Amino acid sequence: MYGKKVKLRILFILLVFASVVLSIYLILKSLEDNVVYFLSPSEIKNLKEINSNKIRVGGMVKETSVIVKANEINFIITDFKNEINVSYVGSVPNLFEEGKGVVAEGHLKDRSYLKAVKILAKHDENYMPPEVKEALGGK
Amino acid sequence: MLASQIGYYSLVLGLFFSIFIISISIKNFNNNQIIDNRIFSLSFLQLLFVLISFIGLIISFINSDFSNVTVFNNSHTTKPLFYKISGTWGNHEGSLLLWLLVLTIFIFLFLVKSKKQPKKYRILTLLFQQIIIIGFFLFVLKTSNPFNYLFPIPSEGLGLNPILQDPILAIHPPILYLGYVGSSIIFSSSLAAVVLKYVSKEWAKHIKIWILIAWIFLTIGILLGSIWAYYELGWGGFWFWDPVENVSLMPWLCLTALLHCILVLEKKLILTSWVIILSISTFTLSMSGTFLVRSGILNSVHTFANDSERGIFILIFLFILIFISLIIFFFFHNEQKKIQSKINLFSKETAIIFNNWFMMYFLSVVLIGTVYPIFLDVLTGVKISVGPPFYHKLIIPFLIPFLIIMSIGPNLSWIKTNLKKINISLIFFFIISLVISFVILKKNNQSTLINTVLLFASLYLFFVTVRDFFNKNFKSYSQKIGHFGFSLLILSIFFNSLFSSEIIINLKVGEIYAFEKGIIKFKKVETFNIKNYKSIVGHFEIEDDKKNLIELKPEVRIYNQPVTITSEADIKTTLFSDKFLVMNVVKDHDFFNVRYQSKAFMIWIWISTLLLAVGGIFSLIRRLNEK
Repeated sequence: MYGKKVKLRILFILLVFASVVLSIYLILKSLEDNVVYFLSPSEIKNLKEINSNKIRVGGMVKETSVIVKANEINFIITDFKNEINVSYVGSVPNLFEEGKGVVAEGHLKDRSYLKAVKILAKHDENYMPPEVKEALGGK
Repeated sequence: MLASQIGYYSLVLGLFFSIFIISISIKNFNNNQIIDNRIFSLSFLQLLFVLISFIGLIISFINSDFSNVTVFNNSHTTKPLFYKISGTWGNHEGSLLLWLLVLTIFIFLFLVKSKKQPKKYRILTLLFQQIIIIGFFLFVLKTSNPFNYLFPIPSEGLGLNPILQDPILAIHPPILYLGYVGSSIIFSSSLAAVVLKYVSKEWAKHIKIWILIAWIFLTIGILLGSIWAYYELGWGGFWFWDPVENVSLMPWLCLTALLHCILVLEKKLILTSWVIILSISTFTLSMSGTFLVRSGILNSVHTFANDSERGIFILIFLFILIFISLIIFFFFHNEQKKIQSKINLFSKETAIIFNNWFMMYFLSVVLIGTVYPIFLDVLTGVKISVGPPFYHKLIIPFLIPFLIIMSIGPNLSWIKTNLKKINISLIFFFIISLVISFVILKKNNQSTLINTVLLFASLYLFFVTVRDFFNKNFKSYSQKIGHFGFSLLILSIFFNSLFSSEIIINLKVGEIYAFEKGIIKFKKVETFNIKNYKSIVGHFEIEDDKKNLIELKPEVRIYNQPVTITSEADIKTTLFSDKFLVMNVVKDHDFFNVRYQSKAFMIWIWISTLLLAVGGIFSLIRRLNEK
């Protein structure tokens, strides 16, 4: 009889199927929780509600806005329409500079204040993250 | 100028050789019993011309020939000779020429080294490989010609991105490419084997060598990239789940699955379809990686001038290759039905199937995490990024059963294991690891359930593999070294994340900062002018919690061409921990941004990854000697 063999096959296929479904479910579930959205200062102004999720904000570092203290750095990110204050504790990439593009990652405290945990490095002088370029309207 | 022209024309000639090779191969395929000798000579000539072309480009770089656009964009007269040469493949055009060179080297080696294989199989592999080679020739010539002419001739070039001016990064791309391109041979050969119904034990034995070669280079290539990111990017870690890192990890996972699976095919001639699918996917993933990185979709140091034409070309080429392979797979492949073998639950093959199962799971996690943001952006315009927590959450829990199967699997025998024979020491180690793991974590107040179980599982693999080294009657050094390396890798990553600490602070020269684990003294800065950059060296004295004094001298380099600032971390490595200090300048301020890290067991992460590769090398040597 081939009954046993067929049963084993079916069991095997079911097992594969179940594990595929399970892993996809797991992946999508934790994707939901761990995604970081990218917003421009203007988009933040228009947010309906502020939650505690991590976000990324991109734009220009406003001229003469950088204040360095021993344990933190404050600056303003602008997209030339709206601005957001950023306070940051952590290491600063070398190309962080006033009048240059920047991406800060952190948690929003209100619509005009971001507590950043990370500032992303650019790779060279001419390079600007596409998100920043877009947020600045292709300038 | 002459060198560029010679380079360009030999490249065009190389393409013509592809056409000759294909036409002769097709004639030869059905006619003779032996391979036409012209195929060897033509393949050699093709290799030679691509090599000449590559050397032509190197010479243009050495001579700073700025009539060549590639040289102009990526070089500078003040750059040291070493980086002039490594600049050849530090850019898009040059690196593709290198791809092409490696492709032609590999197919030539394949032809020479596969004398024992059937003639038709060799020719068909050559044909498939030539399709890939032609694709790359067209790609280079049409979209990324490294020999474009520039007039009027500029007197100075734009320079190479300084963070790429680094000895490790000079060899990282060639090694990684050897891995990627090695997977192209596996791809072509498995397609040829399917068409000719040659998927057999002999084939498995022969292709295993190429799988090993690709796997070893890919492993070392990833390791080098990781070491570079550790000391050059100043983030002080070894893996960031950055999309660009992920695209190299994906083919690696696939290739590792294939490496294990081919053993089952070699022994028992089962899982043939699966082996073919893995071979095709590995190369497809390598190509997609090239596409994602080169097209500028992913942003990183690897992204050179973004050009959508290039991206579209690779994408079309990729689709053609996938299409061809799917057609071949569905029309020619039929699983051998003759040998119906039962798979016993307690056998090596079951363990390997489990290994593949996990590998595929890890692969899909990485794949979705990397690709999902791209799709979301294209479809909805919403920009997101997926960070490390996503990967950690999904991968770490599944490492536990993976490690346990890894310890037990190799101790099972093929076909069927008599359970009574399983050594009592396996159970003994089980208890020992559990106790040790609990004690270590309790002492350090880290004893969460997942920590304890993960540490237990990796300790278990560690002990079992160590025991096997002292076992008289074991044969496979390579497997033991590899598995031992992996247990060491997980252990060091685990301790690294548990016992590392970090302080980030803004300091002025002369300031002293005390924190719970020590004192940082910022003594002075010195400035030097070096050939193509200005160097600012900070002198720091660190006193750690055991009152040890360490001098660290991190450096900031301001390159003149292109104007770029880089930080060179200073790292003091000991067996148990790395002391890592990096400083950044804050423009127009007196403060320096200082990051001090104590990274536990850092060096063991590199050593254990190297051990993985050493395991592969052992296996390769054994296989080559068997012939």
